[in-house]
Amino acid sequence: MTPYAGEPVTPYAREVVSGSRFRGAGIRIAAGFLFAFGLPFLALVVWGVWSTRSTNRFFPGPLTIGEAFVDTWVGRAFLDDVLPSLYRLGLGIVASIVVGVAAGTVIGLFRWLRELLEPLLEFFRAIPPPVLIPVAMLLLGITDSMKVVVIVSGAVWPILLNTIEGVRATDSVMTETADSFQITWWERLWFLVLPASSPRIMTGVRQGLSVALILMVISEMFASSSGLGYRIAYFQRNYLIAEMWSGILLLGLVGVLLAVAFGLVERRVLRWYHGMREVTRA
Amino acid sequence: MPERSTLLRVEHLRKIYESATGDVEAIGDISFTMNAGELVCVVGPSGCGKTTLLKCLAGLLPPTSGLVEMDGSPVRGPSPAMAVVFQEYGRSLYPWLTVRGNVELPLRHKKLSRAERDTLVTDAIEAVGLPHAARSHPWQLSGGMQQRVAIARAIAYQPEVLIMDEPFAAVDAQTRADLEDLVRELHTTRRISTVFVTHDIDESVYLGERVLVLSNSPTRVQEDLAIDLPPERDQLTTRALRRFTELRTHVYDQIQRAKLGQVAPQSAR
Repeated sequence: MTPYAGEPVTPYAREVVSGSRFRGAGIRIAAGFLFAFGLPFLALVVWGVWSTRSTNRFFPGPLTIGEAFVDTWVGRAFLDDVLPSLYRLGLGIVASIVVGVAAGTVIGLFRWLRELLEPLLEFFRAIPPPVLIPVAMLLLGITDSMKVVVIVSGAVWPILLNTIEGVRATDSVMTETADSFQITWWERLWFLVLPASSPRIMTGVRQGLSVALILMVISEMFASSSGLGYRIAYFQRNYLIAEMWSGILLLGLVGVLLAVAFGLVERRVLRWYHGMREVTRA
Repeated sequence: MPERSTLLRVEHLRKIYESATGDVEAIGDISFTMNAGELVCVVGPSGCGKTTLLKCLAGLLPPTSGLVEMDGSPVRGPSPAMAVVFQEYGRSLYPWLTVRGNVELPLRHKKLSRAERDTLVTDAIEAVGLPHAARSHPWQLSGGMQQRVAIARAIAYQPEVLIMDEPFAAVDAQTRADLEDLVRELHTTRRISTVFVTHDIDESVYLGERVLVLSNSPTRVQEDLAIDLPPERDQLTTRALRRFTELRTHVYDQIQRAKLGQVAPQSAR
């Protein structure tokens, strides 16, 4: 059931991507830049113009927010709030990937284990992780590990379930090949099972990232004395509206950076997969 | 010691697939032996259990009864003495590895030094004529080239028997002729014992030193035919020989008879 299985690779389709890659690269980069940033820029302009005509103090203009952004986040707050948040987020993501891929691989490899655990996993996945925050607070206190646990409790599921599915769907002929050459268990894991399921694993990680960001903010809003979520909640309660919006802006930027970083990693890890799909489509 | 010793012995092999809707007898009763260095083609009507036979030989399927013996000891699972080239090259090669990586993978657990392993890999890739593609990924190659990679992987493994399951069924006629010549060449230069399963009568006669014709289900050996064509074979001249035509007609007849044997009430048993 892997997407590439059985699809005939067009003969003589090799080197499809090398020829035209560098031609007109300048134009394409410029066009790409325009496409990527054109609409955000336009939205900013419209917002700026609109805010000059509005007196609603809950919706300040972009300039006010930009000023608040620099005042609020450049300097000490970066160390006090932004870095701790990023630290928790990073730790939570890494732990989710490790736990999700490891457990997912084991569960995916054994059919009986899969059938045994599936109903339970579906149940746990259905629980919205924020309801666990009070419980986690009780058990772990108001600590970084509590927040990491909350992040993992939400972000691990898409990774886990996608890994199970990816491992389960490893192509039967590829497995038979490994059997016939008596590939050892570790080699099989490293050279067959994990690469074969890597497209699904990456899909899971992509979904997990956005969940992790959400849970980072929520866990900090609940119980914290530092962090982006804590700071934004603080601004809200104190009617520091422009500062609050600047925090939301920062969250959006963190999300975008996360997506960009993920995209870079994915392109490296799944180069074979994208290359193969390009050839198949040609 | 005789020049050619028995390498592979199959005795009363029988395979039944059990399923909830009823048992399916894939192989009735097959017996044959194969000498070291031989190239044996197995041919039979479609659906006669060729692939099942091959998987039993390779130790990928346990036989229901009977015996597969390799060098005098029974085959109970995949063994380092055998390498399989599958029909579906696209699913048998690992797309995340380069050509070199694919050929090298089965050698990793063999106790070889780095240099020995490298030599084997390089040599195998050269033997199939792909030294320029060693760093490519399989999906960057044409179908015929991919099957060459699978063959390189099998010969680098240094098996005693090379088992090929309709390896050229999915490539075009031109490529097929080239790959047939590659198999002949590897066989004559390296004396690799080969079991070549095919449904193509011409191919079996052109390649084989012996052709095993299988009957329709329940599968038996319909005929064990020695191919007395000269060892130097060539797509044009060999196929134009009168003897070639005779043999091919004979095998064709046997297969037709095998198909009819299905209608005759158990006459052969």
